[in-house]
Amino acid sequence: MSDWLSQAEWQAVVLSLRVAFWAALLGLPPALLVAHALARWRFPGKALLNGVVHLPLILPPVVTGYLLLIGFGRRGPIGALLEDWFGIVLAFRWTGAVLAAGIMAFPLTVRAIRLAIESVDPRLEQAAATLGANRVRVFATVTLPLILPGILAGVVLGFAKAMGEFGATITFVSNIPGQTQTLPSAIYAFLQVPGGEAQALRLVGVAVAVSMTALLVSEWLARRVARRIGQDHGGRDA
Amino acid sequence: MGAGMLDLRVRHGFDGFTLDAGFAAADGVTALFGRSGSGKTTLVNAVAGLLRPQAGRIALEDTVLFDSARGIDRPPHRRRIGYVFQDARLFPHMTVQQNLTYGRRFAGRGAVSQSRGVALARIVELLGLGDRLHRLPAALSGGEKQRVALGRAILSDPRLLLMDEPLAALDEPRKAEILTYLEHLRDETRVPILYVSHSVAEIARLATTVVLMDRGRVVMAGPAEQVLSDPDAAPALGLREAGAIITARLEGHDTDGLSRLRSPAGLLWLPRVDAAAGALLRLRILAQDVMLATQAPVGISALNVLPMTVASVRTGDGPGALVQVQSGDMRLLARVTNRSARTLGLAPGQAVFAVLKAVSVARGDIAGALSGPAAPPPGQADILGS
Repeated sequence: MSDWLSQAEWQAVVLSLRVAFWAALLGLPPALLVAHALARWRFPGKALLNGVVHLPLILPPVVTGYLLLIGFGRRGPIGALLEDWFGIVLAFRWTGAVLAAGIMAFPLTVRAIRLAIESVDPRLEQAAATLGANRVRVFATVTLPLILPGILAGVVLGFAKAMGEFGATITFVSNIPGQTQTLPSAIYAFLQVPGGEAQALRLVGVAVAVSMTALLVSEWLARRVARRIGQDHGGRDA
Repeated sequence: MGAGMLDLRVRHGFDGFTLDAGFAAADGVTALFGRSGSGKTTLVNAVAGLLRPQAGRIALEDTVLFDSARGIDRPPHRRRIGYVFQDARLFPHMTVQQNLTYGRRFAGRGAVSQSRGVALARIVELLGLGDRLHRLPAALSGGEKQRVALGRAILSDPRLLLMDEPLAALDEPRKAEILTYLEHLRDETRVPILYVSHSVAEIARLATTVVLMDRGRVVMAGPAEQVLSDPDAAPALGLREAGAIITARLEGHDTDGLSRLRSPAGLLWLPRVDAAAGALLRLRILAQDVMLATQAPVGISALNVLPMTVASVRTGDGPGALVQVQSGDMRLLARVTNRSARTLGLAPGQAVFAVLKAVSVARGDIAGALSGPAAPPPGQADILGS
């Protein structure tokens, strides 16, 4: 493999996979919570939460990246605290790329999971409650198994988005080969130098392959889960 | 019979409709009857805790489930009230067995569970689900789904079972089938049931107590025999459906295909009833199948002529009148024309003969008599109509 891709290219691919993996994984619990809140809870400020969650989808990515830099940079209010208390530095590190990609992917994951939760008949949850299950147990035994396909779809979508994130990432953590140079950053960098098209094209091929694989795997998983929980694509009977 | 095991008073207004109803339900089956939109489901949801009424108090035995004045509102999962919905609401990702045992995981509550707890095997047997245990709900018929829903509710070890038109979504043969299972459950588990329906036939067959609702209010409540034979309840029940419930003991079968039953007002002959002699049966006799005569009729084909006394006469706007006749604590309802009532001079206290054709009692209207809170003598509460 490494003769086919140069070391820099290889590093970019591995880094992107690592960033996307952690962004999708760490984003899942909060995405599940926010999606459930948006789908089922009633609370003041729900519209505001909805807006904030979807903001990265609407804002220019460079703005999101810049806001991250202000907030999580070493002199930013949150970044300074993280460094003082935990010794964690995000700006210009690969961990920062995880944060940027995670935030950009978050609304997509939330959306997919929220749709799945909304498609679960709340009357099933009521039935579970009358059988003695408290809210946590209702969620764990009824809602969660039924939304598993949606969660998978959301995670894969988030992973794909994180793989491709460029604007916020390059603004927040820059484009340092071997450290913060993700696949899109590398493609961008190769396109900036004369004669870099061949390398760029190879990475484009990798990006397409990874994205396609993720999509196919998620489809296959979703179908498997749907079959297991008795909701074949033929739909439920009346 | 506990003095009012369920005791409630609920007020709730929405969309220009106000529910303001209260009643006490004893052991056995309490039927909540009324047209759609009369507030039955709202009331039942309030009992289950799925709806929070604006004001009121709901108590089950000695537990207060809801009291707006004292700020008590127990969440549904802590009420121990089983709920059988019109749509079975089975969990689609669980097998029949997993559905049945779902409530069990949470039912280890209190010492009462031990004595009242119902064995899974027994319920599976009662409901005839033995060969369906490992199927998913999607593979079940409508009737089977509702049977699983029944079993699931019972197995959660509830102190009260709510049933909101559990048969409404089923066709007639399925209804009859589930009714039979319901009777089995009622007699075997002795969990009090609050049963919502707009079918008089179902209520006549199952109910111990009837609560009549109309436009959010309780218009009449009492023992089923009393309410169903009350002429004043007839407009709410529907005239065609009006009819009394009587209890009679099967004495034996005659050789010509008729069965002999002993009612408080005298002997009755009905087309052969499938039960052992000695069984206590519950019959529903429609008002339109009862004729009245002021003198003992002679030369008449009807076999059943019972001497009774007029208790009340209710004339409505139409050409018909409803006459309640009684003998001891047995009541019948007869639907006659106003003209006949006038001609015969029917008035309370008058002695009359109630005439009933032997063939007029439908098979579906014969059932094992409610055995009441005390255990019935063995073999005397056989269930029919299966």
